[in-house]
Amino acid sequence: MSTPEQNASAHTAGAAEESRPSLSALLLDPSFWADWASVVGLVGLVVVFGISQPVFLSVANLQALLLAAAILVVLSIGQTFVVATAGIDLSLAAAVMLGAIILGLVDAAGYGIFFACVLAVAATSAVGFLNGVLITAGKIPDFVVTLGTLSGVTGLGLILSGGEPIMVGSTFLLRLASGSFGPFGYPVWVAISAVLVAHIALFHTRFGVHLLATGGQTESARSLGIRTDRVKIAAYTISGFCAGTAALLLVARIGSAEPQINTSLLLNSVAAVVLGGVSLFGGRASILGPAIGALMLTALVNGLTLLSVSAFYQPLAVGAIVVLAALIMRYQK
Amino acid sequence: MSAVNHSPSADAILACEGLSKHFGGIRAFTDVAFQARRGEVTAVIGDNGAGKSTLIRCLVGVHVPDGGQIFFDGRQQPFANPDEARKAGIETVHQNLALIDELTVAQNLFLNREIVRRIGPFALLDRKAMKQQARAMLSRLSINMPSVSQRVRRLSGGQRQAISICRAAGSGAKLVVMDEPTAALGVQETANVEALIRRLREQAVSVILVSHNFDQVRRLSDQIWVMRAGRMVATVRSSETTGNELVALVTGAA
Repeated sequence: MSTPEQNASAHTAGAAEESRPSLSALLLDPSFWADWASVVGLVGLVVVFGISQPVFLSVANLQALLLAAAILVVLSIGQTFVVATAGIDLSLAAAVMLGAIILGLVDAAGYGIFFACVLAVAATSAVGFLNGVLITAGKIPDFVVTLGTLSGVTGLGLILSGGEPIMVGSTFLLRLASGSFGPFGYPVWVAISAVLVAHIALFHTRFGVHLLATGGQTESARSLGIRTDRVKIAAYTISGFCAGTAALLLVARIGSAEPQINTSLLLNSVAAVVLGGVSLFGGRASILGPAIGALMLTALVNGLTLLSVSAFYQPLAVGAIVVLAALIMRYQK
Repeated sequence: MSAVNHSPSADAILACEGLSKHFGGIRAFTDVAFQARRGEVTAVIGDNGAGKSTLIRCLVGVHVPDGGQIFFDGRQQPFANPDEARKAGIETVHQNLALIDELTVAQNLFLNREIVRRIGPFALLDRKAMKQQARAMLSRLSINMPSVSQRVRRLSGGQRQAISICRAAGSGAKLVVMDEPTAALGVQETANVEALIRRLREQAVSVILVSHNFDQVRRLSDQIWVMRAGRMVATVRSSETTGNELVALVTGAA
């Protein structure tokens, strides 16, 4: 603390952090690889696929890849906020389905596409809010609550839709899906703005610091007057809001609201968060990491498809990469 | 010496009279009178289970006492919760330190009192200002910290204790309450924390110190209060007592 001798080691560690460590030291540090796993993985995949299938690097394919990644990026951001509080949102993909069905039904009932979109996002945010309230006020583990809402929300979607897909022929959504501004399609811009807003919220607002504090040491945060229950409810509500946004992008992309949940979206959102270096124990998060993680998982599927690998191998590859990333994460300091 | 003074004097920053606290049928302490003078280090000692920690928790609003009066800064002021006490100017250094490992030193020092810049309807953190003020806070108490951007996880026990104390003192607190601040520290780190407590007193911050360590209490404090089996049994000036006398008071052998 105040004598230099006893803190010699802490001193040098701190000095190394303030002045940049040398490149070789950086490359030998396992925690560097853990922090940047998603970037390293993405670059690795791009190189491998680019060499083995040059079409992968074509502008058209890269644009398609980004378009396909947009939904997962938005979902991963929602999942990140929840995981940063040391929770998990298993109801994410079910909320996407519910949002899509509400969007389809309200649009089919003739209330107009904007109202339909607003209502869809409001419904998924309400699901998130409910998750948060049950977890904090009900003192039920996050895993159990979101598993319950996963099932409940899926059932609700089936009841509302009668199990039938609903066609959504809106020109607004068609333009959202196919239009582009500059080099990117609109869905990509949606994802980019989500990343920017989330990054600012997490690292440049009081809410963000309180969120990380809540996830890191809930008791300490509470004893300093942070209302940790409110913070957690907010995190789940944000996750629900992201699910609603993803539902809009999904309906726009496929032109109909399907009453089935896409489980790979849920698993990939957790996978992207892990790849992005976010601690599942809470308190440590980034937004860019999970976004790049989502991009990497999409690139993996895209590349395997281009290499004519059977679709059956894709879940296997995703699983292997996630477990590998988790192994590397153990070296994170 | 053993006659406990029951009227809170004008120079008391925090005082209580006739304070009692029970948990169900278990009596934590009964009819306790206590006062901490402004600008002094006031120690509370006693054996395990004597009621020290519960007394302190009642004084800072963690527990609500069953009976008696609490005076802070001259006014009768029982606190309903720790937040109220903090707003009135009492900062507590918790035994668990209440630090967030994954946040930086500066973030911890400003946790829940972050400095923000308003940009239209949005309030963004002013990280530069917080880092600057964090350095100033640390240097005011001569705490040597390599970088305020360092995560607290990497710090030693003494450094963590220092940050927790610095956070309590740096918020402009009138009174800093510390519960066993050196219980988990080595010899050198204990010396550092003791030096820090002395610097707090030099800067006219009042301190209440709960401790087991009689030598430490005699080194650091101006006034010592002794609890035994739920009662305040004695108060002595630190300069006028001996280790043997304190042992006798705590054990009841006197």
